[in-house]
Amino acid sequence: MLHLILFSVFGLVCVAGAVNLLLQRHPINSALSLVVVMGSLAVEFLLLGAEFVAAIQVIVYAGAVMVLFVFVIMLLNAGVEEQTSGSRVAWLLGIPAVLAGMVIVCWALLERSDAGRAAIGALPGHPADIAQLLFHQFLLPFEVTSILVLIAIMGAVVLAARPESVERTKKEG
Amino acid sequence: MNITTFIIVSVIKTALVLFVLLTAVAYTVWLERKVVGHMQNRWGPTRVGPFGLLQPAADGVKFLFKEDLTPPHVFKPLYIAAPMIAVIFAVTSIAVIPFGNWLNVGNFHTPFQITDVNIGLLVVLGITSLGVYGVALSGWSSNSKYSLLGGLRASAQMVSYEIALGLSLVGVLILAGTFSLRGIVEAQAGHFWGFIPNWFIFRGGQIVAFFIYLTAAYAETNRIPFDLPEAETELVAGYHTEYSAMKFAMFFMAEYANMITVACLASLLFLGGWGGPLFGPSWLQQLLPLVWFVLRVFVFLFIYIWVRGTLPRFRYDQLMAFGWKFLLPLAIANLMVTAIVVVLK
Repeated sequence: MLHLILFSVFGLVCVAGAVNLLLQRHPINSALSLVVVMGSLAVEFLLLGAEFVAAIQVIVYAGAVMVLFVFVIMLLNAGVEEQTSGSRVAWLLGIPAVLAGMVIVCWALLERSDAGRAAIGALPGHPADIAQLLFHQFLLPFEVTSILVLIAIMGAVVLAARPESVERTKKEG
Repeated sequence: MNITTFIIVSVIKTALVLFVLLTAVAYTVWLERKVVGHMQNRWGPTRVGPFGLLQPAADGVKFLFKEDLTPPHVFKPLYIAAPMIAVIFAVTSIAVIPFGNWLNVGNFHTPFQITDVNIGLLVVLGITSLGVYGVALSGWSSNSKYSLLGGLRASAQMVSYEIALGLSLVGVLILAGTFSLRGIVEAQAGHFWGFIPNWFIFRGGQIVAFFIYLTAAYAETNRIPFDLPEAETELVAGYHTEYSAMKFAMFFMAEYANMITVACLASLLFLGGWGGPLFGPSWLQQLLPLVWFVLRVFVFLFIYIWVRGTLPRFRYDQLMAFGWKFLLPLAIANLMVTAIVVVLK
């Protein structure tokens, strides 16, 4: 019972954080709302029994990715965003489309898969179980993803390197 | 144990641990002033109480009664929240740290630990990784160039060194086979070759990991030689330039609480936790592990202060190059060697 109450409360916190992320006009407030979303998601994982995933969620997303977001906002000294009322097309088509998408996703999750029936404390939480899944059953997707990340890093380095510094390295090397 | 006793025991334990932690924080400050003083041929605090022992209390009173200035140009909500974030995350991580074996009084058994979770180490790493928000946000919300530069330096430094810190602990995890801090300590019980204690620092090349951990942890806690976020000669006081009174004291408390957490983790992971000779009546045998544990933590805190009294500060590019080009490859190499050794065994 206590689990269910906590699960609902943190679910609400998560949604509230996500809505606040969109409503806030200052980038740093939006980034902090995203931290709240990540944190409450971690609590949801914890309540479902996936404590390892919860810890990784906090360490990777809240502790590293979002810190870099905040870092970039601080570096750029991004100011308050201009608020527009949005185009009429967005109001007429966008909101119904979002609602329809939500309905389809919820229906698919509830009807077509077992995901809708995950009970509290039922997910595989032990690190060994995760390792079994990651390094046996899903080894190929895991390795493919790591190559993808590597390519992304190389792309970022190429984009970020200034031409003059590349020239200098060529001369020195 | 039913739910009522569980709650009562948890509340008592939490209050006790918090009290001890905050007192330890205050007296670490005293120890630092005293030790650094003697290293520089000074006396350190001497006026308040014998050996200046009441100095922390006097400082506390001073911080409480000083005027709490809020500069007019700050971004107020975050300016107020930042020191709280820093101190909350610094104090919370103590919740999963075990201090000793089990307390057995008649029919009542409880571990010397607020809560034993099976991912204890990850919890500590997760909470400490959130601590960077306090520093980064204080730097940004103060709306002053020194604070901003300090906050930027701190977040870059903490994110960079976190990776080496995390990787240096994986070797220990491979040897112990568990994330539970209690389990890691229990895996270090006993001796090998008859007399050398079974601590991870002596096993499978983990002495390298130990030094990587200590170095990265000094950087994580923004201590000399890695205290660039508050480098006085360049940045006034870095991220807490605009803070005064209790808000400043909160950053101070967070820094020293983090030092204590680092010292606890180093003792638990590398030096066998509370292991040590047990003798005497049974009540003494239950309390002696606490003494051995506190002794190790004290040694680490002393080393912290010793390093502060000895080393100069890094230059910023040296700091980054050291973290990414030396510590990180070394940690990965140590991890691979440990993994190969364990697999071959």
